[in-house]
Amino acid sequence: MTEPGRTSHVGAMVSGMEPLLRLRGIDKHFGAVQALYGVDLDLPAGQVTGLCGDNGAGKSVLTRCIAGVHQPDHGQIYFEGRPVHIRSARDAAELGIETVYQDLALADNLDIVQNMFLGRERLRRRLLDEDSMERAAAETLSGLRVTTVRSIRQPVASLSGGQRQSVAVAKAVMWNSRVVLLDEPTAALGVVQTRMVLDLVRRLRDRGLAVMVISHNLNDIFEVADRIAVLHLGRMVAQGPASGFDRQSTVEYMTTGGTGRPEGRAVPATGEAG
Amino acid sequence: MAPIENDAAAEAADLTAAVDVEIPPEILAQTMGQYLRGWWLRVKSGDSGVLPVVVGIVGIGVAFQLLNHRFLEPLNLVNLLSQSTVYMVLAMAEIFVLLLGEIDLSVGLVMGLSAVLVCELVQPGGVNWPWWAAILVTLLLCAGVGAVQGTFVSRLRMPSLIVTLAFSLIVEGVTFIVLGNSLLVGLTERRFSNELALYDVFNGRFSPLIGWIALAVVVVVAGAWLWRRDTRRRRSGLVAPPAGLTAAKILLIAAAGVVVVAVCNINRAHVGVIEGVPYIIPIVLAVLGVSTLLLQRTRFGRYVYAIGGSPPAARRAGVNLVATRTVCFILAAVIAGIAGILFASWQVSISSNIIKTANTYVLLAIAAAVIGGTSLSGGRGRTIHGILGGLVIGMIYNGLYLLQVQSWWIDVATGGVLLTAAVVDVVSRRGATTGSMVRS
Repeated sequence: MTEPGRTSHVGAMVSGMEPLLRLRGIDKHFGAVQALYGVDLDLPAGQVTGLCGDNGAGKSVLTRCIAGVHQPDHGQIYFEGRPVHIRSARDAAELGIETVYQDLALADNLDIVQNMFLGRERLRRRLLDEDSMERAAAETLSGLRVTTVRSIRQPVASLSGGQRQSVAVAKAVMWNSRVVLLDEPTAALGVVQTRMVLDLVRRLRDRGLAVMVISHNLNDIFEVADRIAVLHLGRMVAQGPASGFDRQSTVEYMTTGGTGRPEGRAVPATGEAG
Repeated sequence: MAPIENDAAAEAADLTAAVDVEIPPEILAQTMGQYLRGWWLRVKSGDSGVLPVVVGIVGIGVAFQLLNHRFLEPLNLVNLLSQSTVYMVLAMAEIFVLLLGEIDLSVGLVMGLSAVLVCELVQPGGVNWPWWAAILVTLLLCAGVGAVQGTFVSRLRMPSLIVTLAFSLIVEGVTFIVLGNSLLVGLTERRFSNELALYDVFNGRFSPLIGWIALAVVVVVAGAWLWRRDTRRRRSGLVAPPAGLTAAKILLIAAAGVVVVAVCNINRAHVGVIEGVPYIIPIVLAVLGVSTLLLQRTRFGRYVYAIGGSPPAARRAGVNLVATRTVCFILAAVIAGIAGILFASWQVSISSNIIKTANTYVLLAIAAAVIGGTSLSGGRGRTIHGILGGLVIGMIYNGLYLLQVQSWWIDVATGGVLLTAAVVDVVSRRGATTGSMVRS
């Protein structure tokens, strides 16, 4: 599906180049339940990383560790090569890490501009500066070619599923973000809407962002991902360029944590156990 | 890729119509014609904004006038308007909490406590404070009650229904304690300037000339601001209503103002002269103005709507839910306190009967807010809804009273109106959700 040369013009694949976000040995447990065992993950700039895994594999916990919702018990996160501690969503936002959650986190009763600026409203003389926010939101949407919305002032309740997802993504990239995590971006979307969102994901990559798409849907993963990472029961069982994966091996990694074949082309992650 | 382009083309073609049932027409319309078409489409689909309440006000007015020709006499109209101000202010208090998706059953008794307290504080034989200090301390104490309730609701996430119900009872007891053994307090000794000042809050009037001047200033300032804002937004290509709509809004404000001032300036006394705009009209407008500014133009207001629409979305956006919710309960209690001062000034003498009145008024406040168009489920509503709904409640009470209907029948009628408004709220919300489910 992915042609081998299509790595990206940002050139993060040049060997020796540090991935924008690097996770090493991330452990996380909740009470007696160990959710993540020494997980390593690389998110290079200008690439889409597809994170797959069955239910309960730890995809959401891993995402939340990056987003600052959970703190890992052990392990280290590196941003541009330097170690960082992400203790809150605000810390993540300061690094330029934005998350688009599955339930979209949009307020239905607010319009598109209000949602895109929620929590970061621009003020002028201590009052909301609606004009400037509306202009900036319109710029972001047209920059991402999200053009199907009727009016930027319509309430989010009146948008289609794909439009809502697009607004949620646009909201995430509006803040000069460098890393965008998309949790099941195409769940519950129709064919046309899915295509619209995947196109948007590609545009984020072309802007040089490090994008991670968390999805059950292997069709989507193979369509947009440059790299694939597979979690199985809290362990990263495989990670590497998408060209090294095929549907069958990915499904096997997801369901059994390994492939039947002796050595897949994908680099099996070093599960140093927990 | 072809399907997308087709889709986009179809949507673009649709845009020329500039009419969509699900989007308020003032957002899409470029001309007055498009606005009216879009508006009519929404009315037909059941989402009609303030139309039902405006139609209701006109309908109730016509009906009562047909039944009793005194209904629209200047004296009665001014009385009606004055009495409605208490409902209006109390409804505006309730709206701050309703917008969160919570409910405050204590606004009635907070109003009662405030009324008793403000009177006690100016009694010449008692505390004998200056009127302004009495008002200030009363409102501060109300704020305290709101802060405690808000803390329970926002920090412990207890159901606001229970918290405010419990506090209703607590405040009721405190009111009796403040009222003391005499069970009566009042502003009857008007030779004392502090009592007179409080008495004048409700009963004082501007001279007719001042009324006209104030109206002219308000209309010119508000009109110029509206016109300049919309023109600027139209010029810079931002979403703005068509010029005709802006003009129509300004004309409507001017017309409503002229009617009110003209009616108030007619001599309404049977003997002697009683004329002029009562002080309470600008007081209510000030509460409306400040609360609208807070809700529509500040971060706080935006967060109130966000919490009412989706608390998780607000939390993820970094909104401080605890602080925002608490402030709403404080504002509700303070505004209820203002209603209490109006009530004390209106009633002049306050007895333990105020408890029953307060218990009725809290329901009237909720009714007024919902009748005006504020949703019980949060996230939808404006403080102007309190004004419109309060007027409807005032008209019903006043009209039925003029017809010498027994008070229990008046309660039955008001309850029926509340029920109707709640049904409309639920039905329109259901319409909205099925609409969006079909689309997504």
